[in-house]
Amino acid sequence: MALFEARNLDCRRGGRDVFAGLSFSLPAGGALLLTGANGTGKSSLLRLLAGLLRPVGGAILWDGQPIDAEPGDHAARLHYLGHLDAVKPVLSAKENLRFWAALRGRAASIEPALDHFALSALADIPGRLLSAGQHRRLALARLLASPAELWLLDEPSVGLDHASVGKLAEAIAKHRAGGGRVVVATHMALDMPGAEPLSLDALAPPPLPEMVW
Amino acid sequence: MSGLVLIVGRDLRLALRQSADAWLAVLFFVLTGALFPFGIGPEPSLLKLIAPGVIWVVALLAVLLSLERLFLADYEDGSLEQLLLSPLPLELAILGKVLAHWLTTGLPLIAAAPLLAVLFNMDMAGLGVLLLAMLLGTPILSLIGAIGAALTLGARRGGVLIPLLVLPLYIPALIFGVGATDAALAGLSARPDLMLLAALLLVMLVITPLAGAAALRQALE
Repeated sequence: MALFEARNLDCRRGGRDVFAGLSFSLPAGGALLLTGANGTGKSSLLRLLAGLLRPVGGAILWDGQPIDAEPGDHAARLHYLGHLDAVKPVLSAKENLRFWAALRGRAASIEPALDHFALSALADIPGRLLSAGQHRRLALARLLASPAELWLLDEPSVGLDHASVGKLAEAIAKHRAGGGRVVVATHMALDMPGAEPLSLDALAPPPLPEMVW
Repeated sequence: MSGLVLIVGRDLRLALRQSADAWLAVLFFVLTGALFPFGIGPEPSLLKLIAPGVIWVVALLAVLLSLERLFLADYEDGSLEQLLLSPLPLELAILGKVLAHWLTTGLPLIAAAPLLAVLFNMDMAGLGVLLLAMLLGTPILSLIGAIGAALTLGARRGGVLIPLLVLPLYIPALIFGVGATDAALAGLSARPDLMLLAALLLVMLVITPLAGAAALRQALE
């Protein structure tokens, strides 16, 4: 089975070092739980892993191949859920989901995905009438509507009620049982048995010595 | 290819459900065009003379008006991120979005152009060439505009920057578009101008996806 790993990643945003020397490896069925204070680079790391950002140093490898060697292949095997839900206000919940699932081109299963996050009753409601939590559930339904090996989830439980957080944990467990991998950044307790914690607090670069002019 | 069709379909559906945006460009086109006779006087021979130029300049401004929304909504709600991470190459996604933009902006302008031609007492012998030149020229406006729209994403007050970036680049399309119609009205062959417009269209069909994709990737970093 392929290995997903990061070696010695350095990340710099806006001229400021965010973290340095980050390494991990994630086997099939594995989960990585990113923790750390605000601003320690959890979101940046997820964007690096998705290929939206490029690291200043180090490498991200899938099965030994750098992910930027074939960006299209990498994009096809991952789901990235960022802070934004990509829900169009004038399209219904179902139309929103159908578009993203169809774009990924695999056998899409819209109904079960809507059903899992209790959105079936809202399927024909336009996005602008959905609440923040419902938007989030619709974004999460994308994960189930088309299969992908790697889930990159940035604060997936923001705005969710208790029942939905449970449903999310259930979806992640099922994804992992099928050999899927998941990297989650969260501040909220999310039930993920056997998840490997990765704290970014310790990886912050030392503060620069005071410049003397 | 099916991904391209999906994007065009989605953008057309979005435009239909928010049809105010699409009407805005056409109404701007007709109303601004109708202002000229008030400004320069109702002399029929003068209006006849300036008709092709006015129609082209006003069409160009109407397209400009609609450019900001090309990528901005997708950028703000996270759809652009998801598009970039979809298996569809970003270059194709951009072509799809530009095609949808042209169908909802350029095509209605072409449909409204005969109205302005009549208002300006333009010789109907030139109408066919005017429409043909617009058919070749308005996609160029959408394609060049898309680069400007992509470059200004994420910039503060980006919408104000777009005209500054894009207007100078519109000059060749304007020259050949008006040139074709003027030639037809003067009884000359419009062929050279139309060929140059077609060449420009082909060049932009290659440049826009590449430049646009680079600009969008930069905007999403």
